[in-house]
Amino acid sequence: MVDKPLTVAVLSGKGGTGKTLVSVNLAAAAGEAVYLDCDVEEPNGHLFFKPEKPEEETVEVKIPQIDSDRCTGCRKCVEFCAFHALAFVGDHPMLFDEVCHSCGGCALLCPAGAIRETDKMVGTVSSGRSDSVDVLTGQLNIGEASGIPVIKRLLGKTPSGGECPVFIDCPPGSACAVMESIRDADFCVLVAEPTIFGAHNLAMVYELVTLFNKPFGAVLNKCQEGANPSEAFCLEHQIPILGRIPFDSELGALNSEGNIAARENQWYRELFGSLLERIGKEAQHEAAFDSQR
Amino acid sequence: MKITIPMNEQKLESGVCPSFGRAPYFLLYDTNTNESKWIANSAAESSGGAGIAAAQLIADSGADTLIAPRCGENAEKVLSGANIKVFRSVDGTAKKNIDALIEGKLSPLSEFHAGFHGHGG
Repeated sequence: MVDKPLTVAVLSGKGGTGKTLVSVNLAAAAGEAVYLDCDVEEPNGHLFFKPEKPEEETVEVKIPQIDSDRCTGCRKCVEFCAFHALAFVGDHPMLFDEVCHSCGGCALLCPAGAIRETDKMVGTVSSGRSDSVDVLTGQLNIGEASGIPVIKRLLGKTPSGGECPVFIDCPPGSACAVMESIRDADFCVLVAEPTIFGAHNLAMVYELVTLFNKPFGAVLNKCQEGANPSEAFCLEHQIPILGRIPFDSELGALNSEGNIAARENQWYRELFGSLLERIGKEAQHEAAFDSQR
Repeated sequence: MKITIPMNEQKLESGVCPSFGRAPYFLLYDTNTNESKWIANSAAESSGGAGIAAAQLIADSGADTLIAPRCGENAEKVLSGANIKVFRSVDGTAKKNIDALIEGKLSPLSEFHAGFHGHGG
């Protein structure tokens, strides 16, 4: 049914839930795989993979450059900009480049030909290899408002219909950057903590993946004895629980030393191996169900 | 002086709106004529850059002074470019703030916050 390798996005409604733990370990357990760190404001998957000799490239966006000698002060560009990236102060437009969405409209519209587009570097993408995993990391420059251009470049570098599965480590939350990260995913894994706050954040990403009509399932992280509000949420909404990761000091120690549990520890290799299998089955089931619709 | 104040309601007796860029109205008060004008803030519903657009509206209104509880750094660039002085509002009505400014009891707003950029606020 699903012969092509899956693209799996790992997301959660808040930071610190275990997105990186799950996506890094899934990629490591998969053998030949691609790991994409789309959490471009604070990418940390590379700390675990330690890719050798990563190659870095820069990511640029277009911003307007205004020639004040040519500008006649007609204000057409200021009135046009839907994002309010231009204001008219004194006799000339003033640019707020972090608000600019690089649409290029102002340059097209300027009757005096006083605006041309120039490149502005907003971040980098680095690619390297760690054992059998291709590790691609996006890094947004500090102070930039939007990571979307960096995420787009990362996703664009992933061979579509490639030979091996792709694991996307998403930014936290459910805003634009997450939507961009899961757009091409075949399956979404929602990582959740066993707290009321965790269940609330799970509800946010549940709403998002439902809206995007993506097949998905949950991984319950930091599981302990006692009540698990995130598990209760899954049962209530009939969300498949793909796996449970215990609140375990050995895993904590491996992780805090920058080690990949699935590479170091047999028990975790099996846990993430079976999680991988379960994701494959769920995705296949969804695809079969889809073809019947 | 032409003073502008972000407002929730079109009443001199109501309080100052805590948001600058997303205030529903701006009061424009001329101290020479004691006349009040109300400007609907077309930037209030913007998805982004509301502070910049609101500051533009104020610059275009001919105001020379703004009284507000806080203001973002982008709006501040537009306001200072248009030579508009910014004072920190005190608790109470718009009228009370205007009187306080005239009596020299308001201090200039010197801290401008970074944009929220979709992170709430």
